[in-house]
Order: sequence, then structure tokens, then C-alpha cells
Amino acid sequence: MKEKSLFWKEHFWHGLISCCGLFVIVLTLAIGAFLVYKGSGTFTTYGHSIFEFLFSSDWSPVDSSKGGGSVGAAIFIVGSVSTCGLALLIATPFSLAAAIFMSEISPKLGTRFFRPAVELFVGIPSVIYGWVGLTTLVPAIRDLFDLNVGYSVLAAGIVLAIMIFPTITSVVTDAIKSVPNDYRKAAYGLGATRWQVIYQIVMPAAKPGVFTGIIMGLARAFGEALAVAMVIGRMRAFPTSILSPTTNLTAAIASDMGGSMDGGEYNTALWTMALLLFLISLLFIFIIHRIVGKGGVEKNESK
Amino acid sequence: MESKFEVSKLNLHYGQFHALKDVSLSILPHEVTALIGPSGCGKSTFLKTLNRMNDLEEGVVIDGDVLLDGKDVYKEMDAISLRQRVGMVFQQPNPFPKSIYENVAYGPKLQGIRSKVKLDEIVENALRGAAIWDEVKDRLKKSALGLSGGQQQRLCIARALAAGPDVLLMDEPTSALDPISTSKIEELCTELKKDYTIVMVTHNMQQAARISDRTAFFLLGEVIEYSDTDQMFSMPKDKRTEDYITGRFG
Ligand SMILES: Nc1ncnc2c1ncn2[C@@H]1O[C@H](COP(=O)(O)OP(=O)(O)OP(=O)(O)O)[C@@H](O)[C@H]1O
Ligand SMILES: [Mg+2]
Repeated sequence: MKEKSLFWKEHFWHGLISCCGLFVIVLTLAIGAFLVYKGSGTFTTYGHSIFEFLFSSDWSPVDSSKGGGSVGAAIFIVGSVSTCGLALLIATPFSLAAAIFMSEISPKLGTRFFRPAVELFVGIPSVIYGWVGLTTLVPAIRDLFDLNVGYSVLAAGIVLAIMIFPTITSVVTDAIKSVPNDYRKAAYGLGATRWQVIYQIVMPAAKPGVFTGIIMGLARAFGEALAVAMVIGRMRAFPTSILSPTTNLTAAIASDMGGSMDGGEYNTALWTMALLLFLISLLFIFIIHRIVGKGGVEKNESK
Repeated sequence: MESKFEVSKLNLHYGQFHALKDVSLSILPHEVTALIGPSGCGKSTFLKTLNRMNDLEEGVVIDGDVLLDGKDVYKEMDAISLRQRVGMVFQQPNPFPKSIYENVAYGPKLQGIRSKVKLDEIVENALRGAAIWDEVKDRLKKSALGLSGGQQQRLCIARALAAGPDVLLMDEPTSALDPISTSKIEELCTELKKDYTIVMVTHNMQQAARISDRTAFFLLGEVIEYSDTDQMFSMPKDKRTEDYITGRFG
């Protein structure tokens, strides 16, 4: 009798947890399928080519189901890529330096003050970053470079850099901490200095984690809409320099989706952008898995 | 004979804890000196004072003299060049996650040697010296992590040799290894002492008796007895030494 009830409990929990897991998988697949369904209309219903969508800058979709406009999203794509690239360029050196400081130079200060502060940053809502960027960074850039407006790729890049800094820093710090102490001892024992140990031994051993951190930061930057929309200028033109305003995928989706006619060419083209973002984040996740998986294989080899 | 290391009145504190008490020892060149004693008695601590690995730990206070060829390692030498002269092999084999070649070449590269020809030569000699050349000569570019534990440990010895030391410190180098790998390393030590001075911590009495020329018995941070190995194992002077080596406590 007792055994039977245990048996049932076991099955009940097992079933429940499997259902939850399955639900998450189904949900992800459903979102993907929904995006494909909505977004592919651009190419099927309205007959545009993928080439046009990715490489043309002629963006004038018709806001009805008649079609016949053009859906070149290149400006948005370039806007996203350039702001995220710049953000990465700015954030990575600072993140690496901070991570090295926290784990190798001053672990005490790191765990007591630095780490909590960095983690606090992750929790700040993006509207705040956007707001601070809008009220301080944008005017500062305008005055510093003597421009008409301060909205720019640079402003967006800096705001994004500040937002992804904590993400990259935390992941890289963990990666550095997980490098076995034996490697450090071996290197010191051969007469290496502290910097030689960090650059030649610790950082190479932490490389998979460093890449994972960078890609996670990149994924966050790509998906960020609000803060970027507030400082990028939302101007539909290719940026001519990092000081010129432009726009990007997320800003376009966020601001135009609500106002466009459901199922129309305009609306469908926005869905296609969303699909593109989804695919990009899938790609990032895939890359992370490859990197982490590879690190795992290396560890297994040690046996 | 001039001693290699001349340690006198060495005291070491970890914060409040008095880990080495008035330790005085002469370590002779071209000998294997074994350090034995129960767990926690300060063998590793003593070993690490010889190449200043204790510097890396916090709250360590050292006083007394440690002379290497007559020069005080704490006052007259810097830790970096000291560690190039006094190599170390650890309990757990710890090759870097790099190729076999890169592991061995790391020490010479730190010393600024860049010439490929020169590095190749040093790497080969070190691997031969550690009796592992034949096993790895065809896979120098492969990851060192793919070697067996015993091979990894000999690789670590090769890596230490490549830095051009004249002393090798070994902290229980065989305790993580199987009997065959252990005997290979023991043979190697006997071979290496022709060119190097070896100080080895071991928990294995037979090992100490087999390969060492001189043995120091540590107990609670003190050196109870330090003498010729044969003499210590045949007629220890101190009752506590006798109890320990006959396995009556420890
Ligand atoms: N970094 C440290 N901080 C504080 N105490 C330490 C530290 N390292 C070692 N000790 C203490 O010093 C004493 C001697 O340690 P040591 O590692 O030298 O012992 P050991 O003889 O090598 O022991 P084992 O045979 O177990 O390796 C021990 O009581 C240990 O707890
Ligand atoms: Mg020890």
C-alpha cells in the first residue's frame, strides 16, 4: 500500500516536471513558428526577395495588404550591427579589466564591493539607462563634438556598453575563478610574474568563458530596444560616422508595430525583422553552446 | 662539502599559528633529501620557504635565514630568479592546458629565450632528462592533458628542468600515481641527483628509505631528527622518530 503511494508520487512529480519542461520547449518552438509564420509573409505573400530585405536600403512598405512597396531593411540592420559592435568594442576591455581585478588582483575588494555593485547594474531597468543617456550623454556628445544633435551611433553604443558591461564582467569573472589554482602555482613555480601568470596562463585557460560572456553581452545588446531607441535619433539613414544618428531593428519594431495594419505589408515586414532578431539570438546561443561544449571536451580529455 | 641550502633558525607563522619552529637544516648538493612526518607537521610549508612560494599566501611571517649557495633567498634574491633556480613539482600533476611542447618551453620563454632552435633543444633535453621523450616525441603538439597521470607528472618534471634550475623541490610527487609510474619517478630521482639537488616530501617510508640520502623527520613544526637515511631507518636516535617510521603513530 505504502509502496504504491510512493510509486504514484514519484510518477506524479516526474510527470509534472516533464510537463513544465515540455511546456517551455513547446513555447519556444511556438514563438519561433509564429515568427516564421508572420514574418515569412514578406517573401511569400508580398513576393519580396530575401536579398532585398537584407541588402536594400529602400524602405517604404505599404501599410495595407495591397503590397507593392519595398522592404529593404539594410539601414536597420546596419544600425543594429554598428551600435552593438561599438558597444562591444567599448565594453569588452573594461569588462576584462574589471573581471581580472575582481578575481586576480583584489579578490577581497572584488567580492565585497565590486561584485555586488556590478550585479546591481544588471537589475536596473533599461528605461533608466535610456533616460540617463538621453539627458546627459546626448547633450554631452552634441557639445563635445559641436553637432546639431547629439543622438548618434556613439550615444547608443555607449549606453549599450554600460548595459552589457555587468553581463560580460560577471561571466568572465566566473570563468577566471574556475581556472584551477594548480595552473597558477605551476607558473609561479617556474618564475612567472603575476602579469605573466594572468596573461599567459589564466586568460588563455578562461577563453571559452570570455567568449561566452562577450556573446551573451552581444545578445543582450541586440535585443535591447527601449534605451537604444531613446538615444539613437531614429533617423532612417545609414550612419556616415559614429556621430551621426540612425535607427535600428528593435527601435523600428517597437515604435511602428502598434500603428501598422495587421497583416499589411508594413506590419509583415516588421515581423520579418523580429524573425531576424530571433534567428540572430538563436545563432548566438548556438555559438555559446559550441564554445562551452568545446571547453567541456577539453576537460574530459584530461582524464 | 658546501651545502646547497643552509637553513638556520627558521620560524614561520601563518597569522597566529606557529607552523615552523626554529628549523635548521643543511641540504647537500647532489643528494636526495627526504622530508617525512605526520600530516600537518609543516613539510610542505618548509619546502615552500625554499623557493618562496609562501610569498603568495597572505599573513605569512618568516624569520631566520635561508641561504642558497651562501646567498639569503629572502634578503639578497628576488623571488622570480630564485624560482628559476629552484624548480617545483607538485602533488597533483598540473600541466598547463597547452601542448606538451608549450608546457616544457614555458620556463625558457619566460626567461626570454625566443630562438626556435634553442627552444627545441631545451625541450628535447628536458623531456629526455625526465625520461619521457620516447613516449611523447611524436605528439609534442598534442595537448598535455591527454597524457596519463604518470606521464603528466614526468612532463611536469621536464617542465621544471627546462627552466634550468639546480634544485628540484617535490611535494609528494608520487602520491597521486600508480606503482609503476611511482617507480619510474623514483628511478628518475636517482638519475637526476647527479645534476641536481632534490628535496622531496613523502609519506611513504619505503620511498624515503629507497631513494633518499638524508632524511629529516618533522613533528609539529619542529625538526626532530635529521640524519643519514640509512642510519635513521636502522637506528633512529629519537624515540619519536622510531615510533613514526615503524608506524606506531602518524
Ligand atoms: N595558508 C595557510 N594558512 C594557515 N595555515 C596553514 C596554511 N598552510 C598550512 N597551514 C597550516 O600549517 C601546518 C603545516 O601545513 P603543511 O601543509 O606544511 O603540512 P604538511 O606537513 O605538508 O602536511 P601534509 O602531509 O598533510 O601535506 C598545518 O597545520 C596547516 O593547517
Ligand atoms: Mg603537504
